[in-house]
Amino acid sequence: MSILQQLTEKPWLDANDGVVELHRRRAFSLPTVTLGLRFLLAVLTVVFSLFFIAYADRLTFPDWHPLPEPWLLWLNTAILILSSFAMQKARTAVDRGQSEIVRFGMLAGGVLAFTFLAGQLLVWRQLVGLGYFAESNPANAYFYLVTALHGVHLLGGLVAWGRASAKLRHSTEVSEVHLSIELCAVYWHFLLVIWLALFALLLFT
Amino acid sequence: MATVAPADAAYVPPAEVEEVDLYHPKSWLTKYVFCQDAKVIAIQYSITAVAIGMVGLVMSWLMRLQLGFPDSFSFIDESLYYQLITMHGMIMVIYLLTALFLGGFGNYLIPLMVGARDMVFPYVNMLSYWVYLGAVLVLIASFFVPGGPTGAGWTLYPPQAILQGTPGSGAGIVLMLVSLALFIVGFTMGGLNYVVTVLQARTRGMTLMRMPLTVWGIFVATILALLAFPALFVGAIMMTLDRVLGTSFFMPTIVELGEQLKYGGGSPLLFQHLFWFFGHPEVYIVALPGFGIVSDLLATHARRHIFGYRMMVWAIVAIGALSFVVWAHHMYVSGMNPYFGFFFATTTLIIAVPTAIKVYNWALTLWRGDIHLTLPMLFAIAFIVTFVNGGITGLFLGNVVVDVPLSDTMFVVAHFHMVMGVAPILVILGAVYHWYPLMTGRMLHEGMGQFHFWVTFIGAYSIYFPMHYLGFVGVPRRYYEIGVTEFIPDSAATLNANITVAALIVGFAQLVFLFNIVWSAYKGKKSERNPWKATTLEWQTPQMPPGHGNFGAELPVVYRWAYEYSLPGAKDDYIPQNVAPAEVAMAEPQQELPGGASQPAE
Repeated sequence: MSILQQLTEKPWLDANDGVVELHRRRAFSLPTVTLGLRFLLAVLTVVFSLFFIAYADRLTFPDWHPLPEPWLLWLNTAILILSSFAMQKARTAVDRGQSEIVRFGMLAGGVLAFTFLAGQLLVWRQLVGLGYFAESNPANAYFYLVTALHGVHLLGGLVAWGRASAKLRHSTEVSEVHLSIELCAVYWHFLLVIWLALFALLLFT
Repeated sequence: MATVAPADAAYVPPAEVEEVDLYHPKSWLTKYVFCQDAKVIAIQYSITAVAIGMVGLVMSWLMRLQLGFPDSFSFIDESLYYQLITMHGMIMVIYLLTALFLGGFGNYLIPLMVGARDMVFPYVNMLSYWVYLGAVLVLIASFFVPGGPTGAGWTLYPPQAILQGTPGSGAGIVLMLVSLALFIVGFTMGGLNYVVTVLQARTRGMTLMRMPLTVWGIFVATILALLAFPALFVGAIMMTLDRVLGTSFFMPTIVELGEQLKYGGGSPLLFQHLFWFFGHPEVYIVALPGFGIVSDLLATHARRHIFGYRMMVWAIVAIGALSFVVWAHHMYVSGMNPYFGFFFATTTLIIAVPTAIKVYNWALTLWRGDIHLTLPMLFAIAFIVTFVNGGITGLFLGNVVVDVPLSDTMFVVAHFHMVMGVAPILVILGAVYHWYPLMTGRMLHEGMGQFHFWVTFIGAYSIYFPMHYLGFVGVPRRYYEIGVTEFIPDSAATLNANITVAALIVGFAQLVFLFNIVWSAYKGKKSERNPWKATTLEWQTPQMPPGHGNFGAELPVVYRWAYEYSLPGAKDDYIPQNVAPAEVAMAEPQQELPGGASQPAE
């Protein structure tokens, strides 16, 4: 039953209409955790969108002095893309049962994510060294704020990654950790999209 | 029924939901403290919310003492008064009402009402409570830091919220913002649970349209909260940075105590938008669970099916959606493009349509019902009246030209206390009287309950009705004292004194209620099973109060909607949702009525 059909049901009509036999209990044929993650991503989309809207609103003011984009940001972006790619590799390899690729993909994805975070800290240091302090211009403040927020979310993802990796180590069959790896990969892609949107915003302003 | 089964579709056995590994508490600590059972979490949430709510209640007494008898209480100075206003508002709206409706009632009722053993992510659910408790403790800590809690008003508008001269602009405001951020993180954990549980963990036969309206209300309110709280979160983080790091997200170029500050270029209006993008849905986060609960109370205690069930569901969804496009009606006096104001006035008035549908349907549910004036019913009826009152003044204030002169007067205080203070509290009280037997196995004391109801109901009206008149004559809100003011008649002072007396009495009645709760838990009359003869699943559990795992070995199977009351031909005047059609006890065959009408017309 589509959601529309479900919402136009007339529940008061007949108690004996076969609903019990047909009812599938779930509104979506997804694993529960997957649906939970989707709702979480919806919430995070709202959080980041609000920052982006505030950012876009603010940068139209005349006192907005955009920061330079250090070349390191390009490298970091490439690293994050690779990290997401490795996660995706691990995710597809689970289906094919290629446990070596799964293990390598997960490891590479995590290590690259840590590298990205370290790279972001370096960018911060460079910018502070150049005198771009958070309190000196709103453009700087927004940059530090949104990169920090993105980083914190990636850190949270790394906690989940750590748990999934531990499960992977102790599992004999990779299919046991299928769901954890899939969720990690989805979350990684989500943060990559957020980062790309943010980076585009920085480049074009 | 619309095509449930296409004729050509072969019968496919429904995909079973894997039995969740039900978590089993092993020690006293994991059974009563760090517990993952939604029912225990619900009680923890409720006790914490009510405890902090009592702090908010005492604060309102102090404010009323100052307003009713100015100059009589030397310990209430201007700063303390502003701190009381701020903390009272924050505590009541967020830490009491939101936490109690969603964390308390949501946790207790959702799994029981949809026929689940527990929430789908019990560990995260437990974490949600402990983060909430952390938020409350941080909030309480702000009372004990130098400078005290923030006195910026519950809306925390910058720039004044973080400037010297506003009480608590030191540590107080930072702790307030941190507490809010924590609350939102904790709530998000719980909220994901409520939404996914409703969508994915219903028992067999419990289609979306067979869910009791309580679940619908809490479900939609949770979605609103998940999408609206991020705005407050973003605002809180940015203001914390403004205060701690000296950034200028919200801070314009400004002079403080004759000294030019290094802030510059921020937009205070941006904060207002963020705040109210959260703040308006927040009104419905508190109202929608109330709408749902009151529908169930009315149907059960009037022994009649809810009138227009589908309309009620759609109205809840429509109100939820509309609540995201009305936020700037809180900002008519902040300075905005007149067209902008026109847009928001229009959406504000439109939201009255689904709301009015609900009110009519409640009235029509009572129409020719077998009304039992039990305590839950009294509170439910009181809610309808109060909500209509508060809602109609809301229609006045939704118009820009009416709002501008009234915005800073007591009229607004009267309006929002009626509509989102008294009305939801009446639902909560009714709900407690209704579900207390389920939670404890004992009834609340009837006499104390009657006293509580009448004093609360009449008392609340003696507080807030006169306040509308104060607003009309121009008594401003947020003022510590008005002293001698040319255009305000002396009678306003007399009225204020009366309001204060009423407020003290109503507050006292709530203490009687709390005493009743504690006393009845030990000494109350033993309740029979399903004392209100309700149809919903929470009353059909094998044990009362429901045991661990809610339902015994087998989950119940649902054959009907939640409102099968007074069905013609049936022996009892209610048929629980889990009674199969073949098992319904029929009455002695009666003389066939002329015309043979047997089904209630819809």
